[in-house]
Amino acid sequence: MDLIESYKEELQLIRKPWTRIYVAAFVIFLLLLPWVAPEHITYIITIIFIYTIGVQGQNLLIGYTGQISFGQAGFLAIGAFTFGHLSQLGVPWPIGILVAGLMAGLFGILVGFPSLRLKGPYLAIATMGFGIAVYQVFVNSELLSGGRMGLIISKLSPPFGLEDVTFNYYFNFLIALIFTLLSYNIVSSYMGRAFIAIRDNDIAAEVIGVNLTRYKLLSFAISSFYTGVQGALYGLYLGYLEPNMFTFMEAITLFVAVIIGGLASVEGSIMGAAFVILVPQIFSDYREMVPVVFGTAILLILIFEPMGLNGRWFKMRLYFRNWPFR
Amino acid sequence: MALLEIEQLNISFGGIQALQGVDLKLESEEILTVIGPNGSGKTTLFNCISGVYQPDDGQVHFEGESLDGLSPDSVAKKGIARTFQNLRLFLHMSVLDNLLLGRHIHFKKKPLQAFFRIRPEELRHRKIVEEIIEFLDLQAWRQARISDCPYGIQKRCEIARALAMEPRLLLLDEPIAGLTSEEKEETAYHITEIRGRYKTAILLVEHDLKIASRLADRMIAFELGQIIARGTPEEVQRAPAVIQAYMGDE
Repeated sequence: MDLIESYKEELQLIRKPWTRIYVAAFVIFLLLLPWVAPEHITYIITIIFIYTIGVQGQNLLIGYTGQISFGQAGFLAIGAFTFGHLSQLGVPWPIGILVAGLMAGLFGILVGFPSLRLKGPYLAIATMGFGIAVYQVFVNSELLSGGRMGLIISKLSPPFGLEDVTFNYYFNFLIALIFTLLSYNIVSSYMGRAFIAIRDNDIAAEVIGVNLTRYKLLSFAISSFYTGVQGALYGLYLGYLEPNMFTFMEAITLFVAVIIGGLASVEGSIMGAAFVILVPQIFSDYREMVPVVFGTAILLILIFEPMGLNGRWFKMRLYFRNWPFR
Repeated sequence: MALLEIEQLNISFGGIQALQGVDLKLESEEILTVIGPNGSGKTTLFNCISGVYQPDDGQVHFEGESLDGLSPDSVAKKGIARTFQNLRLFLHMSVLDNLLLGRHIHFKKKPLQAFFRIRPEELRHRKIVEEIIEFLDLQAWRQARISDCPYGIQKRCEIARALAMEPRLLLLDEPIAGLTSEEKEETAYHITEIRGRYKTAILLVEHDLKIASRLADRMIAFELGQIIARGTPEEVQRAPAVIQAYMGDE
């Protein structure tokens, strides 16, 4: 039975005992995985962790605040290259990642300004312009992009004699976990509510005292911060950067992850990140078919499950909770 | 000094003069009802007060301060709350979250606070919201999504959300339109209770003259953006200009 005895209980991150059990099981499974799984699986899941961060940021902006943005590749590039240059200058990695996120966040605020005037598809086009412009700047400026050879980033050396892949797995798992907890806190705070208010009804939001300018820009800043961190971690993981990693397709990938995972849902962002990484892996023999799979998946999801993978997951849980009744 | 003072308010949209030389005074804890045919400028008046529209000229003073040029969220922070004629709730959120959003202006917003769990602040506001839920009998709907609530409950949620802002002036735009007669009586009761309990002044737009005149201390009538009659409800309803506006010439 679901009986709540205090308001405080209702604020708990995970309230139901069953949820606690499967979340714990999932975390333990992830912690043990690198010891049993083949190396390339560990490698792929590490990339999912990295993507999880950016997709969550994107979901805060698109799913929660309702501001459609296609400029994510630009923020990724800014985060990644900021980190790359800092690490070449010998700045320690925690500061490098933080500054990469802040730099992307700063550009996020700049790109957020059109959102004060533009809505829906018009905003999408304006942000898309930003993403493409950033890509072009990096392609054409050897100073920024590190030239034809790209930018080499020295990887972290694993402590305790861990293997490289295993260490990176845990490193990125930890950071993704921190960002996931952060996201849950944001969406359950006054800030998250203000974001949703803007999405659901901006005039009403303003009349009850939500400062549209502040919260729209804040949403852009936070989401770009997440994306910038993703870019930095991605660069650190791969060990090199080149502008072609940040084409418009990359923005689409993040967008697809948000839609397929489920709008306005943190769990959905994680599922969406897994989807966009796993699909190209599964179809690796037919790489050119990946966009087709993405497109078809979006169509099917929008028609049959507008709440995304997370919506499906929710209905499954509901079914088992009510079983054998309907 | 009156709580709300409006002087010579004018606004026009293209060729239409929506408000023309509107003067109005509202004392604290007073209920003033605005009546008038459709399109006579009642909602425009609300939009001018709450900052959704900026008047072409004229002044709106609230507690002696000018609201000139303030955005809607700044007006809200001054202590003015409003409801909308055609419901503007946050459809995908629960009733509870809608009311907590009404508390938004009272949340202590320290930088970076939202990134960590802030239980005491949430709990404090939750308690205030629960009082309003009890007052307006919304307990059964607390966790329901607004889009799952029937129309009457949605209407009540709008009032509840406005109340959560602890306003000193409440603007209610047709709060009983479209309700069943039972719900109408309930809402009318709530409106008088709100004044008694929260010491709020209320500006009310209403078409139901029977209930409107029962609730109102004073009444004003609008026609084509101008005030054509003011006084007690009986005086206004007997005024020849009002009868002409509603019934036309003989």
